[in-house]
Amino acid sequence: MIRLPPFTYLAPRTVDDAARLMAEHGRDAMLVAGGTDLYPNMKRRQFEPKVLVGLRGIRELRGVRGSAGGWTIGAATTLSAVTAHPGIARDFPALATAAGLVSSPQLQNMGTIGGNVCVDTRCNYYNQSYEWRKAIGFCMKKDGDICLVAPGSSRCWAVSSSDTAPVLWALGARVRLIGAGGERTVPLPALYRDDGIEYLAKRPDEVVADILLPPAEGWRSAYLKLRRRGSFDFPVLGVAVAARMDGDIVRDARIVLGAVASLPRPAEKAAAALVGQRVTRELIARVADLAAGPAKPLDNTDFTHPYRKKVTRVFVARALAAVAGLRDGGATSEEVA
Amino acid sequence: MTKSDFAVIGQPLPKVDAWAKVVGETKYADDLFLPRMVYGKLHRSSHAHARIRSIDTARARAVPGVYAVITGADLPRVKFGILPVSQDEEALCTEKVRMVGDAVAAVAAVDEETAEQACRLIEVDYEPLPALMSVFDALAHPEVRIHEYGDGPNVHKSVALQFGDVDTALTGADLVREDVFFFEGSNHLPMEQHAAVAHWGSDGKLTLWSSTQTPHYVHRLLAKVLDTPAAHIRVIATPVGGGFGGKTEPFAHEIVACQLSKLTGRPVKIALTREEVFYTHRGRHPVLMWIKTGFTKQGDITGCHLRTWLDGGAYGSYGVASTFYTGVINPVTYKMPVYKFEAARIFTNKPPCGPKRGHGTPQPRFALECQLDKAAEQLGLDPAEMRRRIVAEPFTKTANHLTITTIGLGECIDKVVEASGWREKRARFGGTAARAAVSGGSREGGAGCTPVVQPEPPSPKKPGIGIACSAYLTGAGTAIYWNDMPHSGVITRADRSGGVAVLCGATDIGQGSDSVLAYLTAEVLGIEPKDVHVHPADTSLTPVDLGSYSSRVTLMCGMAAIQAAERLRAVIFQAVAQRLEVSPTSLVARERKVGVPDDWDRAVPFAQAVELGEAIHGVLAFPGSYAPPKRAGKYKGGGVGPSPCYSYSACVVELTVDEETGQVDLGNVWIAHDVGRALNPLLVEGQVEGSVYMGIGEALMEEQVFRKNLHKQPSMLEYKSPTTLETPEIHTILVETDDPEGPFGAKEAGQGPLLPVIPAIANAIYHALAIRIDEVPITPDKILKALELKRLGKPARVGPVKLPLFTFKEPIVVESAFGQPADAVVKRPFAS
Repeated sequence: MIRLPPFTYLAPRTVDDAARLMAEHGRDAMLVAGGTDLYPNMKRRQFEPKVLVGLRGIRELRGVRGSAGGWTIGAATTLSAVTAHPGIARDFPALATAAGLVSSPQLQNMGTIGGNVCVDTRCNYYNQSYEWRKAIGFCMKKDGDICLVAPGSSRCWAVSSSDTAPVLWALGARVRLIGAGGERTVPLPALYRDDGIEYLAKRPDEVVADILLPPAEGWRSAYLKLRRRGSFDFPVLGVAVAARMDGDIVRDARIVLGAVASLPRPAEKAAAALVGQRVTRELIARVADLAAGPAKPLDNTDFTHPYRKKVTRVFVARALAAVAGLRDGGATSEEVA
Repeated sequence: MTKSDFAVIGQPLPKVDAWAKVVGETKYADDLFLPRMVYGKLHRSSHAHARIRSIDTARARAVPGVYAVITGADLPRVKFGILPVSQDEEALCTEKVRMVGDAVAAVAAVDEETAEQACRLIEVDYEPLPALMSVFDALAHPEVRIHEYGDGPNVHKSVALQFGDVDTALTGADLVREDVFFFEGSNHLPMEQHAAVAHWGSDGKLTLWSSTQTPHYVHRLLAKVLDTPAAHIRVIATPVGGGFGGKTEPFAHEIVACQLSKLTGRPVKIALTREEVFYTHRGRHPVLMWIKTGFTKQGDITGCHLRTWLDGGAYGSYGVASTFYTGVINPVTYKMPVYKFEAARIFTNKPPCGPKRGHGTPQPRFALECQLDKAAEQLGLDPAEMRRRIVAEPFTKTANHLTITTIGLGECIDKVVEASGWREKRARFGGTAARAAVSGGSREGGAGCTPVVQPEPPSPKKPGIGIACSAYLTGAGTAIYWNDMPHSGVITRADRSGGVAVLCGATDIGQGSDSVLAYLTAEVLGIEPKDVHVHPADTSLTPVDLGSYSSRVTLMCGMAAIQAAERLRAVIFQAVAQRLEVSPTSLVARERKVGVPDDWDRAVPFAQAVELGEAIHGVLAFPGSYAPPKRAGKYKGGGVGPSPCYSYSACVVELTVDEETGQVDLGNVWIAHDVGRALNPLLVEGQVEGSVYMGIGEALMEEQVFRKNLHKQPSMLEYKSPTTLETPEIHTILVETDDPEGPFGAKEAGQGPLLPVIPAIANAIYHALAIRIDEVPITPDKILKALELKRLGKPARVGPVKLPLFTFKEPIVVESAFGQPADAVVKRPFAS
């Protein structure tokens, strides 16, 4: 079998200690929570940290807490705990759905929501063994200096592959970051950068401590995921829709696409076209066309990229219909080919 | 015999090794840990095609913990291959690499980490050569030769056979269809990755434990490639965690483990990674097919002409057999009076293809069954009824001189038609013409509807139902090397305890061969399967069985086991008859006793009966041998295709296709399989369901494809194969025909049921949306493309559009044997 490279595992008891250890070890260190993505990637030498700072022993990072001001989800809460939480399922069905669609039940029991929010970008030229990457010629994301999917490009086009990030973005979430130099709370979109390599806009020593959700009053949400199989697979398209409804009139809306760029991609024009409108099938068709615009998939995931582009419109339409309470022939939570 | 005459046969018993596997007691090759054992690792080529200039292993040797580093120069310079006609492999390449993943050097080290680290330090200087990554590339560049042998530049094997006058048969037809199909390659994807442990002892004798389906062939070839007497080599096949044809020949890691053990004086284990399994491959050949068939108005076939081009990959493997198999089995299913078949296997710079479940036959089956569906529509016939009409006759010969014994295909068709509600669903889901008329204009609810505020849109998920049939051999009628010896042997030894040991060279690859040996022996001797101890697949202890391939084990080992058990029983009956002072012919063995049925109180317990027998006869150990009837056609190539008997399957698939996303959702699969007799219906159903599952993967997802000369996705995550969630309800119906060739009438079950699933899915998709996807896998993007073509008023078909420019050799022309009566078996080889 492929073996893990040697590394030192540190097990702090507090977030402050974790941040301090990260600062101390600098670029040699990485954070690990569930490890469901990190360890396989280490086996393939996509990551070669000398030190892992484990978050599993930090009690303050776990749990879901509700208050009048909204919900707080500890970053090390497992995906299955998020899915199973009755308050989350009631207020943010899209989040419960998305967390329940990450990989397989076994990995949801290990994987955490913070890990999923920070999950490495993916590319089928990059998620390969060391020997495979060497044979094809290393890419710029690891060990090389060109992009194999867009050889003329000066940047990396690896794909944001989180199920929960587009949903949290659509729900208006914020994240609390704790670093060696103190803590800050930022809107979730501020966590991401449009770059396949430096896809997170946080300092390496900063630990995502909490995910903060505003009160759900009046908001409805849905998440649709495209993947080949009903289990295991990363999203190759995710559509998160959240809308605040006043009767059948849309007062506020966000549409965020996952797995079509190096970060979750909001479809702002499409969302704006919903506001103040009564949801009809004609409106949905128009909005879906607008939403598919920002989707620019490349040939570096499962399925052909023209196919992913083509069905973006269908998925947005189905997610909108679900949020608006219109029955649609399509599935309501997931599409599996 | 009827079912009630049996005690064990026909019972839904758990497999004899089921508990051990479920609780994790089974020791697979990678579970073996020997004292002082070290770990081997292969350094593999990063070039698809290159000449090796030099190999520098100095840095690897210098790594602490490394015991040995070898290259091809450290092995005898002998090429090998599973078929005598294709000796084209080296365990470690010496002059050239022919694919990414070819092994070039190897390391033995204290642990896997060290071996891996040392492997990365081996430096190979390559002179790159042009990589030929497709049949078209390989034929277009005869100046680049992957191998120096074969039937032409980059042509491994070319065959052409004609049985009867095809041109006349097609001229006389009411309808002649010509279609082109493509079937993508796929890997076996066994759960267990190949692993081997070699120990070259200080006595100069070698033992290899390996996850192999063919210990006998590995034994023979190790002697050759290691230049060591076969008498000093012992090969033990460990329980195999899934084979499917991928572990049916000797591999580099096995040979290298042996040599590293010789050099280090330690046991050496090599366990492949999943990526290496994709390179070792020997999976389904990608095959391009052209098929031209004539039909009468009633749906009878007048004649058929098939051409196939196989993308063989970098080595021969079983390729010559695969090439024949893309043609020879088609005539076994339906009345096909005249047949012509031309095929060519082309070398390319990709992992070698070989036998995967169905070996060479799922591809032409897909072509034939989809073409029958198209013909039925053109002729205005129901595709199930048309097939029912043309089912081949029992106990006759086919055009290409194969002998059909029993055939339960008609009953199979009737049963799946009945169980699936075929006629009603075919009418309700159908209406291709009606759908075409409303396509694109139905979202508002159609003419005459009262406008409503929010009309319910019609569901984008369109239902369809399709059918296909198939046949498969129950064991290859000839061995891979020419000989007159048994294909399978068993030694059965009775113990004074009442236990019975069965020694047989067969390998249980999960199909249940150990269990079948226990059931048959228990049935004959009137004991329980638990009383039978099966000792399989050890070349020092067990008589030769050729291996777990071609669906041969239940029939061939089974017949040998029955013979051995009957010989044992005869001696026991003789002794008990003496004791009871009755005639041996009046005795029966049942309920662990031997006695006269009308005087059962005096019946002798089996253990005591064994003692009586041993007192008279001496040690009670009896051989059983089996060789199939010699039925090879009297023409060159006639050795591939004959089998003692053929199994038959019919399959109906019900599904929906989402016309907006192109996604296929399987609802139900009904499959009826003529298994001759179900020795254990639970095992047969397991084999049928496994076949259906694998067929679904090939139909909808699996593709071993390459990009920039590399395997595109050599991992279990990204090489898409269905999971339990994608597996629909499978309704298995077993049809029993009691074949005179099989053990208690049994035929095969492990491969045949895969075959009809793939075309049945394609035909159901056509029924749903009136689009033809003439290639597998049928992916959502192809479905959307076909729907787009339909909207544009073009032929709604996605599939191959060009064929290679290739001149087949002049065919060997033989008289068609169609309809001739089967030759009766007068005397079986090795009978008492």
